[in-house]
Amino acid sequence: MATFKDFRNSVKPNWCPGCGDFSVQAAIQRAAANVGLEPENLAVISGIGCSGRISGYINSYGFHGIHGRSLPIAQGVKMANRDLTVIASGGDGDGFAIGMGHTIHAIRRNVDVTYIVMDNQIYGLTKGQTSPRSATGFKTKSTPEGSIEQAIAPMEMALTAGATFVAQSFSTDLKDLTALIEAGINHKGFSLINVFSPCVTYNKVNTYDWFKENLTKLSDIEGYDPNNREEAMQVLMKHDGLVTGLIYQNTERPSYQELLKGYSEKPLVDAELKLDQEHFDKLAAEFM
Amino acid sequence: MINQLSWKVGGQQGEGIESTGEIFSIALNRLGYYLYGYRHFSSRIKGGHTNNKIRVSTTQVRSISDDLDILVAFDQETVDLNYKELHDRGIIIADAKFNPKQPEDTNASLYAVPFTDLATELGTSLMKNMVAVGATCAVLDLDINVFREVVQEIFGKKGQQVVDKNMEAVKAGFDYMKENLAEDAVMHLEKADGKKRLFMIGNDAIALGAVAAGCRFMAAYPITPASEIMEYLIKALPPLGGAVIQTEDEIAAVTMAIGANYGGVRAITASAGPGLSLKMEAIGLSGITEQPLVIVDTQRGGPSTGLPTKQEQSDLMQMIYGTHGEIPKIVLAPSTVQEAFYDTAEAFNLAEEYQCPVIVLSDLQLSLGKQTVEPLDPNKVEIRRGKLQTGELPEIENKGYFKRYEVTEDGVSPRVIPGMKNGIHHVTGVEHDETGKPSESAANRNAQMDKRMRKIENIKFDTPVYKNAPHDEADLLIVGFNSTRGAIEEAIGRLENDGLKVNHAHIRLIHPFPADEMLSLVKSAKKVAVVENNATGQLANILKMNVGHAEKVKKVTKYDGNPFLPHEIYSRCKELF
Repeated sequence: MATFKDFRNSVKPNWCPGCGDFSVQAAIQRAAANVGLEPENLAVISGIGCSGRISGYINSYGFHGIHGRSLPIAQGVKMANRDLTVIASGGDGDGFAIGMGHTIHAIRRNVDVTYIVMDNQIYGLTKGQTSPRSATGFKTKSTPEGSIEQAIAPMEMALTAGATFVAQSFSTDLKDLTALIEAGINHKGFSLINVFSPCVTYNKVNTYDWFKENLTKLSDIEGYDPNNREEAMQVLMKHDGLVTGLIYQNTERPSYQELLKGYSEKPLVDAELKLDQEHFDKLAAEFM
Repeated sequence: MINQLSWKVGGQQGEGIESTGEIFSIALNRLGYYLYGYRHFSSRIKGGHTNNKIRVSTTQVRSISDDLDILVAFDQETVDLNYKELHDRGIIIADAKFNPKQPEDTNASLYAVPFTDLATELGTSLMKNMVAVGATCAVLDLDINVFREVVQEIFGKKGQQVVDKNMEAVKAGFDYMKENLAEDAVMHLEKADGKKRLFMIGNDAIALGAVAAGCRFMAAYPITPASEIMEYLIKALPPLGGAVIQTEDEIAAVTMAIGANYGGVRAITASAGPGLSLKMEAIGLSGITEQPLVIVDTQRGGPSTGLPTKQEQSDLMQMIYGTHGEIPKIVLAPSTVQEAFYDTAEAFNLAEEYQCPVIVLSDLQLSLGKQTVEPLDPNKVEIRRGKLQTGELPEIENKGYFKRYEVTEDGVSPRVIPGMKNGIHHVTGVEHDETGKPSESAANRNAQMDKRMRKIENIKFDTPVYKNAPHDEADLLIVGFNSTRGAIEEAIGRLENDGLKVNHAHIRLIHPFPADEMLSLVKSAKKVAVVENNATGQLANILKMNVGHAEKVKKVTKYDGNPFLPHEIYSRCKELF
């Protein structure tokens, strides 16, 4: 049985010291071990950006794709092999700017993939431009007068798109984050976990201290019911999205694979490629 | 007795023009005739002129004909727009309901047949199409019972009464025409051989080829003229355990297909020019990460939305060079529906053997022109998966990564798929070392770049060039690709009748370009005419770039949205002498 150490490799991340992404990496490694995975049965698919490098820092199959497209790649991998655990990951630019179209549709499609967004409210790898998660007024190289756009509210957006698993965490809460990733992996369907992962180099507003001050743990709200979508929406609106924990889960709705008619119960990758003559003749007869 | 003729039915879009053509063709195909169809349609659902031109022959035909024998018209617009194609003994059969007017400058004769009235008398005007089919039968002196089987299949679900009524409508049209038709106007079509053959569009063949090759997943976004591939696979794959996902956009389609191929399943995506433009970055990803990928591009009129329902062959350069940076890529261009089947199947082998994107290039006329196809043989479809590793892999010490990008002599590295023990490696679109870890070292860059480009230097493809080159020294070599083959063949027949020695080369492996083979053909010809549906002569330029002899190479282009007619190629080539 693999331990979290088996999910470590020898590559040294090129993240800045103090970057929030380190604990996300550790949480994925721990969660993978805790749910009983072997490294070869996990595929981490990531996008482009600082956080997108994460697929290279975990000892598992890893695919570092193109900007904003980790989700369609991840869904393709899962469709090919439903026995694999597939984690998609990337930053807020990857998932909520260039890749937002895929995010919404992956949510409503509900393929069994866990999507972890490392949300630092800024573009780090390109050295400090505004992100769709940057707050109004946020000053960056690309918004010298302060951003005049409204920030995206990813959790509310996910709920309206029909998400079956919506969670949010803070990268210093390693234990909570690990538990949420485990729950996401075990969830039958698409799970979205947004992680506040501070950028210590370019974001001087949304710092560790800022999050500590402003975040509310859902576990501290008495009687909060994560199976109630209406309540989930209310709590998000009340706290301006700054909550952590399992926000919403729908365990009733089957995953895409379960609903898909005819889809092979065993991994598609093991299917016989050669078509027998009888089957071919049947197909050809339709054209006669 | 005649051995071929052309029939066209036209009217307003949404009026059943398509089904009239369909019933007529299926019945004739079953009698053993060879058919070749061309649909003129617009990017709208209802209204606007549409027509379906079908050529019927006792031998294989792969082009629409220059002229027309029978025009079936449901409105005056159809008469006005199409009568000029009719030859002197041609016939217009028009619905009496719209008081058709005989055009003045033609010797073709017009017969007003009460399609609508006869159908209404039998119960519903909807059956006017069947009346028209019956009237055609009378001109061709065909037994109307040849339609019974087809009518039964189409209307059987609605009950025997509907079937009988429709057959009555066919008979009513037949009887009316028989009574009114001048005796010498009957066109006696030679009997066909009665052999069973397929009747399909190129997109059907592409989709069927994918199924036969073991493709079990497709991700695609709807677009003309590619959607039929998705629509076919969405029915054909689930019984085999596979699936089709209609994605949110073209980029999702291609990246999902890349993900599925990486996962080890043979996966495809298909689109047309606008979609391919969007897929370009991902095609580069497939190239540098060496993931197999099969993409179909059904060319249509560009640029931008261009002429979305019209014929063009202007994606050639983009297919060869598209994506930033340089990658190994294979571009196939089947020239017949049969080749579309076998080439698509082979594309999956090439994609896995060379671990790179393979583009199956088609064009609107090849993709949508419905035609008779000799039986396809699934036993000719091989399944070759190249260096895909099977069985147990040796253990790697110290959690080292599998050398997925090992530098090898042929450039192809061993391939493993997720789930395999001891196969863990990294995949990235960043330049990487042999294990997939990012590396920017110059030596590594050269080693990996050379390795990738080396892969396709000597690719094996059965027939890179379709050749009909009987002359050691030719006056003219005609070069084309995709659907122009039939029209070129017919033009060559006429040029040879005029005493010219003409060779024909239809390029099926567009990239890497079969330069040696083409060079010897170009050398042995006095002149070279490159026939293509685009404005800039893209294939001509590719040919010149690869084999030289620029002074010999003449561009024969057409980009008005319509396929070449044989006589156009004939006269444009004649002008060269």
